[in-house]
Amino acid sequence: MARAAGAPEGHRFEGIAHPEKPLDADSRWETFPYWILILAGIVGYLGYLALFNEAYEIAWERISEGIWMTIRITLWAFAISLSLGVVLGLGRIAEADHTASAPVRLAATLGRNLSRTYIEFVRGVPILPLIFFLALVIIPDVTDWLGVSRQTVDEFWRGVIALSIIYGAYIAEVIRGGVQGIPKGQMEAGRSVGLSRLQTMRSVILPQAMRSIIPPLGNDFIAILKDSSLLSVLAVADVTRLARQYSSGSFKFRESYVVLVFIYVTLVLFLSFLLTKLEERMTRDRKGER
Amino acid sequence: MIRVRGLEKSFGDVHAVRGVDLDVAAGEVVVIVGPSGCGKSTILRCLNGLERATRGTVEIDGVDLSDRTTDIDSVRAETGMVFQQFNLFPHLTVEGNITLALRKVLGKDKAEAALIARQQLEKVGIPEKVDAYPRQLSGGQQQRVAIARSLAMNPKVMLFDEPTSALDPEMIKEVLDVMLALAEQGMTMVVVTHEMGFARAAADRLIFVDHGRIVEQGDPTEVFENPTEERTRAFFDQIL
Repeated sequence: MARAAGAPEGHRFEGIAHPEKPLDADSRWETFPYWILILAGIVGYLGYLALFNEAYEIAWERISEGIWMTIRITLWAFAISLSLGVVLGLGRIAEADHTASAPVRLAATLGRNLSRTYIEFVRGVPILPLIFFLALVIIPDVTDWLGVSRQTVDEFWRGVIALSIIYGAYIAEVIRGGVQGIPKGQMEAGRSVGLSRLQTMRSVILPQAMRSIIPPLGNDFIAILKDSSLLSVLAVADVTRLARQYSSGSFKFRESYVVLVFIYVTLVLFLSFLLTKLEERMTRDRKGER
Repeated sequence: MIRVRGLEKSFGDVHAVRGVDLDVAAGEVVVIVGPSGCGKSTILRCLNGLERATRGTVEIDGVDLSDRTTDIDSVRAETGMVFQQFNLFPHLTVEGNITLALRKVLGKDKAEAALIARQQLEKVGIPEKVDAYPRQLSGGQQQRVAIARSLAMNPKVMLFDEPTSALDPEMIKEVLDVMLALAEQGMTMVVVTHEMGFARAAADRLIFVDHGRIVEQGDPTEVFENPTEERTRAFFDQIL
């Protein structure tokens, strides 16, 4: 615009797009989110088949019974992996003051190294093999070691624990990233007014880190929902397991997997929608700060 | 009030501070100047334990910071620090910024802490900003809140690390005025700054630091006008 000021009267820089210029009617059609329409069409068609087509009726009845199981796995695994992730993520960056006592320094060093070992190991193995390994090797070993029956931990909990242990490592990295994204000056300012490292972490660093942690955390929530399907290999009766069972018994593969995909895509899109709303609300709150 | 002996600080291979002795009496205002990277900020940060001395001792009001049994948090509560980048807490209001440590460290209740916050904001001249967020304030106002935040803890010493270097020129004066008033009230202050006007008006002593050592110190006017060292002269020739 500044360039136009010195231009001869009546001369216009046509063809140069100025971002601040409102879109005219001609170009508005280019920015319309068609993908929403297309997606709604696809999901709508799948939904029509799953819910209103007679051929799909039995498949829907059998498979939809597992929806609650899938949701339960997701909620439990998210809650446990979030707790684990917070502990591991903060442990990974634990630091003792140079004035701290020897036990505190030892604890911080141990915390840092053990967390790092855990995170690197878990992130170094694909999820499915790790689920087998944890649910069929480690957890039975632990129950044996504790001297209790292997059936104390049933398939459901084996699966949930395995998924939690895995996502704990991923969430730990999200937490770490959020905390490390806060400028160093914040810790220094907190310490300078006499707050301890822990007090500064809790009252100054973590509240600010929350803002950058929540969006990736939402992604992990959705990822857990999707990866809960992997627990079907453990005889956990989630939607995937039920779809496999029904299809192999009836040979109705089309019906089974149309219903299955419809269930997942609806759950995931609904969750994404909620998370987008949450993020919008958080950016609105942020106005007037920072 | 402050007693530094043989202070050295290294960051890996970089020898930032190479043997500094410094005494600051109660109520004294000391201004430290020097070229960038000379170690003046590092000296300041060693005074409240933000950096640990590699060698030497720092005592604040008789408490040795390098002693492991020293409660560094309680020393810091009595040693105010003002940063170049203000470092206000962006998620808290002005009042929240000032009252956080009052409540968590000194154990004051909400009402008492809020009262202290208001008093300190009066002192720095922006009582009306008590409910604002840092983002809504100008740089000068933010820095004055940062000063109020430190003063609220009733410190024995105030340290200033280039408090006006990140400010637009028209806001420097409002911050310096607050610092001048503080100096007149007898606060013990150590100030790292490039503001020679402030040094002239408020400093009891001017210290010139280069290459991690004190090169020259004395009465500000004296050091400005008759520097005995060639390096000091060269430095003032460049900035004045």
